[in-house]
Amino acid sequence: MAWLLALLQTLLFIASAPLLAGWLKKVKCRLQNRRSPSIIQPYRDLRKLWRKEPIVAHSASWIFKATPYIVLSTTVLTASIVPLIAVNLPTAKIADVVVLIGFFALGRFFLALAGMDIGTAFGGMGSSREMTVSSLAEPAMLMAVFTLAMSASTTNLSEAMKYVLNTGLVLRPSFVFAMLGLMLVAVAETGRIPVDNPTTHLELTMIHEAMILEYSGRHLGLIEWASQIKLMIYGVLIVNIFFPWGIAQSFSLESLGIGAMSLLLKLIGLTVLLGLSEVVLAKMRVFRVQEYLSFAYLLTLLGMLSHIILEVQH
Amino acid sequence: MNENIELDRDTTEGIDPPQQFHIELSNRGIESLAISPSSLPPAVLLEIAKPDDWGKVAALAKDQAWRWVAGWAEDEGNRLSVSVCLELRGAYLVLRTRTDAQYPSLPSHAAYFVSADRSERHTHDLFGIQFTGHPDPRRWTRHQAWRGDDAPLRKSFPQEGLSHGQTPPDNEYPFFKAEGHGVYEIPVGPVHAGIIEPGHFRFHAVGESLLNLEERLGYVHKGIEKIAEGRSPESLARLAGRVSGDTTVGHAFAACLAMERAAGMEVPPRAAFIRGLLAERERVANHLWDMAAICNDVGFAFAYYQFGRLRELWLRDNLALFGHRLLMDRIVPGGVTVDVPLAAAEKIRQSIKILRLEFSDLVTIHDQNSSLEDRLVAAGYLKPEDAQTLGALGFVGRASGQSFDVRKHSPYPPYDQLTVKVPLESQGDVASRFWVRYKELWVALKLLEQLLDKLPEGEIAIPWQSPPPGAEGLGVVEGWRGEILSYVRFAEDGKISRYYPRDPSIINWPALEKLVLGNIVPDFPVCNKSVNGSYSGNDL
Repeated sequence: MAWLLALLQTLLFIASAPLLAGWLKKVKCRLQNRRSPSIIQPYRDLRKLWRKEPIVAHSASWIFKATPYIVLSTTVLTASIVPLIAVNLPTAKIADVVVLIGFFALGRFFLALAGMDIGTAFGGMGSSREMTVSSLAEPAMLMAVFTLAMSASTTNLSEAMKYVLNTGLVLRPSFVFAMLGLMLVAVAETGRIPVDNPTTHLELTMIHEAMILEYSGRHLGLIEWASQIKLMIYGVLIVNIFFPWGIAQSFSLESLGIGAMSLLLKLIGLTVLLGLSEVVLAKMRVFRVQEYLSFAYLLTLLGMLSHIILEVQH
Repeated sequence: MNENIELDRDTTEGIDPPQQFHIELSNRGIESLAISPSSLPPAVLLEIAKPDDWGKVAALAKDQAWRWVAGWAEDEGNRLSVSVCLELRGAYLVLRTRTDAQYPSLPSHAAYFVSADRSERHTHDLFGIQFTGHPDPRRWTRHQAWRGDDAPLRKSFPQEGLSHGQTPPDNEYPFFKAEGHGVYEIPVGPVHAGIIEPGHFRFHAVGESLLNLEERLGYVHKGIEKIAEGRSPESLARLAGRVSGDTTVGHAFAACLAMERAAGMEVPPRAAFIRGLLAERERVANHLWDMAAICNDVGFAFAYYQFGRLRELWLRDNLALFGHRLLMDRIVPGGVTVDVPLAAAEKIRQSIKILRLEFSDLVTIHDQNSSLEDRLVAAGYLKPEDAQTLGALGFVGRASGQSFDVRKHSPYPPYDQLTVKVPLESQGDVASRFWVRYKELWVALKLLEQLLDKLPEGEIAIPWQSPPPGAEGLGVVEGWRGEILSYVRFAEDGKISRYYPRDPSIINWPALEKLVLGNIVPDFPVCNKSVNGSYSGNDL
């Protein structure tokens, strides 16, 4: 029963990720005084891409062809260990948050290789930039996670969420810092404005998109889908770790329903916040990204320090 | 610095610059003949007797601080004539010399004027004239479609072209090389991701820092100069409107002005005023679009859509009032094709009011956004000295303190009856080029109102009168990108025998190579957009 639920939750996770992307698009369009495409447009795009034949460069090796599958599978595996509407699921127990970061790193590693594999200047440029960004984003993310782990005395996501639930609404400076840090990291890792611009056509300014510039058809569809899932993972992590209230602790239909509804509301709130920030900000200069991520790291470090200084009871 | 330049331009000394040039030529022992009255009014025409003196002439022009405006050649049978247009304090001067058609060779001007560089390479590729002492003798407009000894603009070359079968790939162009530890090359284009024109950019970078940029253009060479031959004046005006799609009014204006001057015609005042209206409307639409595009290139989509929306409304007005969104083919030899009735004038005033209101709101939002400021300020810095050396035109020049504006410094109808303010900035960065556009847009709106207020009654066109055989004419107008020059010569039968349009882009493209240096690779698109050269206008 629990395994079935875990499976269903993962399916729900990856199936609703395009919906989140569609919703985000809608929010942004409204804020820019524009009419938006339908909220289910990302599904149509994926279907369209899936039907198209992928064009692969002559110089591409197996890495290029395998990468979309590797990226999607690591992302789906990551999604499976993030509690979506219920904690206490068996998948959450077999892997903790360090594994989650490891999965992301694995996917990124292959994407960077694939970017360089075909030997175009843009691919190499994108890989180099992506590695620069992630080498700074990962420590900040780890630090945020460790802050959480020290409070909850666990790196298991499900356990951490239960800990926050059980201690009730307490204002912890460490959590506030960690959350802000994690939000900044999430923006960088999912390639959103102001770090990267997912909608640009200007190859020279791209980070993430430059790596996948040579992908087309089915391959591109897989990578796009993986990006949408990744955005959703970060969103769910932020809302469920720092605001876990409403998440189902038992597997009754009622509590699962409440879990789903509360998640929906929380994600809507978060995407409105993200959409707002994307509309009011221009993309930053590439060399500003380091400062931006250093700031994220500083925040998470402050979170850790304030935990040690203020919250640990001797 | 800038004030000095402004002063230089506005102080008129007792003797006019072309005369001074002529006197100094004879002082230096260079034989020359002033054609009187000039066949190219308002420019003075000086014929240089010996082609070997061509380089010394350029040296003198450089000494007297003339600006090199344009250069073109003509096939006269057994000789080729080469002309160069210069400008100083609003006075235009055309120098002309002739060289043997069999072994055409002339000293180069490029050593003295950077702006002559690509123009001479263009002339070399199309006429086969050797420019001795040229610092960069590589081919330019010539890709691979013609054989090495073909000279497409000679009269002996058939107008329908020579087919040499399939055009071979142009992969052996000798680009500049840069070597060293960590230096890598990024080839970009000619086909780009956006819906823009083709052009190749070759970058050398260390990490993200740009060491060098080399432009390779000519991919949209359409043979404008060749297909102009044998056209009727009306047909040439249509062709001129297609030199660069976004400058259709500017080029048609310049070409018609050139043809009318050749024919000794003066268009009715009302027609001149409507031409002014069209030109300013074109400026407003393009500046709005450029401001939108600059914002889009730094990922600030809000301003992109809003400026774009204002432009769209403006273009719809164009369609409703003038019958064409981009105002193509509204200017014809002898006048214009559309009148501006009272109701239309009222509509224009209304839309100006609305635009002002919305535009100021938007610009406030833009101005207060620090993340945008961070991207635009200090990016793509063009030194005022460099802008002067390059002869940078329009908003590129004016953002770096170069105040020249044909409408003000060498006014032509209708601007001779209006007051034109020329906004200046001196920072020379992308932000400056953005704000110069903003200010120019305000000036254009004011001019539109002035034009409507003073709009004279009368005809909007007069019938075309055939010019005397062999007549030539020069039209210089301020397009939205800057000064546009059009040279036209008629054949015996009243058809066109030579047409040369000089789009401001030919002069401004090299500025991009300069201003991106030291910037980072991902800032190139916004630098490029802030210059916004026309590929089509450059390639002809």
